[in-house]
Amino acid sequence: MRGATQAKWAACAVAVALMATACGGGGGGGGGGANGIVSSSWGDPQNPLEPANTNEVQGGKVLDMVFRGLKKYDPKTGAATNMLAEKIESTDSQNFTITLKDGWTFSNGEKVTAHSFVDAWNYGALLKNNQKNAYFFGYIDGYDKVHPNTGNASAATLSGLKVVDPKTFTVKLSQKFSLWPDTLGYPAFAPLPKAFFTDHAAWVSKPVGNGPYTIENYTKGSSMSLRKWDGYPGDDKAQNGGIDLKVYTDSNTAYTDLVAGNLDLVDDVPASQLKNVKADLGDRYINTPAGIIQTIAFPFYDKKWDTPGGIKVRQGLSMAINRDQITSQIFQKTRTPASDWTSPVLGEEGGFKKGLCGAPCEYNAADAKKLVQEGGGIPGGQLKISYNADTGSHKEWVDAVCNSINKALGNNKACVGAPVGTFADFRSQVSQQKLTGPWRAGWQMDYPLIQNFLQPTYYTNASSNDGKWSNKQFDSLIDKANAESDKAKAVSTFQDAERVLAEQMPVIPLWYQNGSAGYSDRITNVALNQFSVPVYEQIKVK
Amino acid sequence: MGRYVIRRLLQMIPVFFGTTLLIFLMVNVMGDPIAGLCGERQCDPATAAQLRKEFGLDKPVWQQYVTYMGNVFTGDFGTAFNGQKVTELMATAFPITIRLTVIAIVFEVVIGISLGVVTGLRRGRPVDTTVLILTLVVISVPTFVTGLLLQLLLGVKWGIIDPSVSSEAPFNELLVPGLVLASVSLAYVTRLTRTSIAENARADYVRTAVAKGLPRRRVVIRHLLRNSLIPVVTFIGTDVGALMGGAIVTERIFNIHGVGYQLYQGILRQNSQTVVGFVTILVLVFLAANLIVDLLYAVLDPRIRYA
Repeated sequence: MRGATQAKWAACAVAVALMATACGGGGGGGGGGANGIVSSSWGDPQNPLEPANTNEVQGGKVLDMVFRGLKKYDPKTGAATNMLAEKIESTDSQNFTITLKDGWTFSNGEKVTAHSFVDAWNYGALLKNNQKNAYFFGYIDGYDKVHPNTGNASAATLSGLKVVDPKTFTVKLSQKFSLWPDTLGYPAFAPLPKAFFTDHAAWVSKPVGNGPYTIENYTKGSSMSLRKWDGYPGDDKAQNGGIDLKVYTDSNTAYTDLVAGNLDLVDDVPASQLKNVKADLGDRYINTPAGIIQTIAFPFYDKKWDTPGGIKVRQGLSMAINRDQITSQIFQKTRTPASDWTSPVLGEEGGFKKGLCGAPCEYNAADAKKLVQEGGGIPGGQLKISYNADTGSHKEWVDAVCNSINKALGNNKACVGAPVGTFADFRSQVSQQKLTGPWRAGWQMDYPLIQNFLQPTYYTNASSNDGKWSNKQFDSLIDKANAESDKAKAVSTFQDAERVLAEQMPVIPLWYQNGSAGYSDRITNVALNQFSVPVYEQIKVK
Repeated sequence: MGRYVIRRLLQMIPVFFGTTLLIFLMVNVMGDPIAGLCGERQCDPATAAQLRKEFGLDKPVWQQYVTYMGNVFTGDFGTAFNGQKVTELMATAFPITIRLTVIAIVFEVVIGISLGVVTGLRRGRPVDTTVLILTLVVISVPTFVTGLLLQLLLGVKWGIIDPSVSSEAPFNELLVPGLVLASVSLAYVTRLTRTSIAENARADYVRTAVAKGLPRRRVVIRHLLRNSLIPVVTFIGTDVGALMGGAIVTERIFNIHGVGYQLYQGILRQNSQTVVGFVTILVLVFLAANLIVDLLYAVLDPRIRYA
């Protein structure tokens, strides 16, 4: 029975293999309580970890732990409260004087001064530094000199920034913008230590900031260990010993690791696992609104779509989409049907108004059909909704939206999805106005202000107005709201502008996106902020 | 032999340039990579133009290719969008994938060939039928199903292994992923060996060896197996390249930060420097593996001579 012995050997090899891997089991952080370490899932940041160059959530997580700016957004209410700023004053909504609090330092001991801010902002705005968030400084006077649309910069620093003394600096904006101080909680406005400018390469490989955590170890592409900074002067000190971020190749793997007990926190529960979340995690699952709205945008640069009857067609299409059904069946309620163009994270005071859109955003198949017919039908006879097929399970919902439209219009070929291979290709087609039909669009807020949901996306020729929609009434209302020094009045004027959107329906609001996270039974007090980033410093380890 | 190797090496040059050019063009067809860097919004035109200039994307494609190849020969594979050198990415990714590939190949050779010999010598018996059915099952089930199933059972339900591999990826953590990666090829190796053995078992030289009174073990290993290995070696040789580049699925499931993962991320982010760099190295691996396979023929079968 020689053959059988060989088979036995083979079986043994497998058994040995499995046993050997068993040695790798276990793991987890050392210690509990205030010194406990939390392990959390991570993705490789797309850009170098510079504050003005980080525009996605993975890099944003790190900046959130390592930096504190002039203001900070309350993770629950979204209100911007002073952090490093003692006060920010203005008499004309255009010239601001910023005074810093005493006692703040970077974790390397260097004092945070007015220069730390002014130098950082000048760096972020200057064209040759390739900072992707440079547009954040666009409201500051002199931005067109350091960051012209074409050609080279004619100045190295923003003329609107002036250091008065180590604790004070002034900012002159190029236009009136009463809510501008509330934008300063975004990490792009973080102060930077001298080391950032003198030894840039070393700083980027291990950033040094002024936040509650310091970076102990950073292996690019695989992991980062952050530890509590004991000398942190702020009142939002870390409640745990540190955070270990671990890069996962796939969010499903991270979720599996969480269920197996090898990971404490997953802040991106994959759509395919949403059905199992209750059974796997029980109440250790959070699903809270994030400042993201998903929409369908139209190409107004294309004559076919920019017609007087188009309004009715767009409103009809909007009414043909059964948002309730799609959000509950496809997204398992991790999206909320949209009834305005902002986000619930703003709160009523901040300008969110449920139902502002009115009837055009509610499902009504009969009226939908009528309106589309009155408006002259779908241009080109068929609605082709473009989306990128590589991320975010867009195919499922685009197909569902089309299904809903087809049913309402009683035409099986009224709407189809038009996939584009990669996100980069999709974005390049959108931004170069190559699409001749509608596309899936979305807006993630930069700061929790109603202004940020309206101006960059719908103002004439605004940076993210990809469909090139233009409306004089809307523009003038936005200008008026920005000049308004009273916050409540400014917000209600912005809402008036939003009502223009309801009449014109330049984009169809679909749903507000939620942030979701799951965590292990080792940790408590887990929450996500409005940017879907976990509030790491508040996490407690049992 | 020496002249043959030199001729083969010379032949590699046009193949190398042809494949890299093709990859370069394909990555370029995917569109403008800069547009994907700014999330859902439009990059501001000035920064986008600046970035294009920096990555050389504003030049015509042929010029980009020439510059790129020039740099490659000085050991500079360019920079990924996150500011990391591609060579740095390779230095972390390739050792991990090589470890994974070695494990997979060892599984293929040890399990695949032994099962092939056992079944080849016992054609039609229950062992043979069982193994044939099992290999058929393995071949027909996609890798990601096997991977996810093993991960769920061994990692979550029974807790024998960690469901994910740590970033250092030592050998012992790569055993299960290696087995998953090898599974389909393993089944093929078994079937190839089985057929080849069964065919050669009736050859004259085997009968002669038996008639000479050689021990059965020596007949099987020295005479029968050695002559039957040629198709198997060909398969394993080409499989080396396929395993290194095609481990994308397995690497994603088990969180292995190897070549497949870097390629996947490079493609998603349209990072031409990363994709072309990694594929260039993979092309070299393929060419080298093929050459070694061809040379092995002569070792296995003395009748084959290279001049």
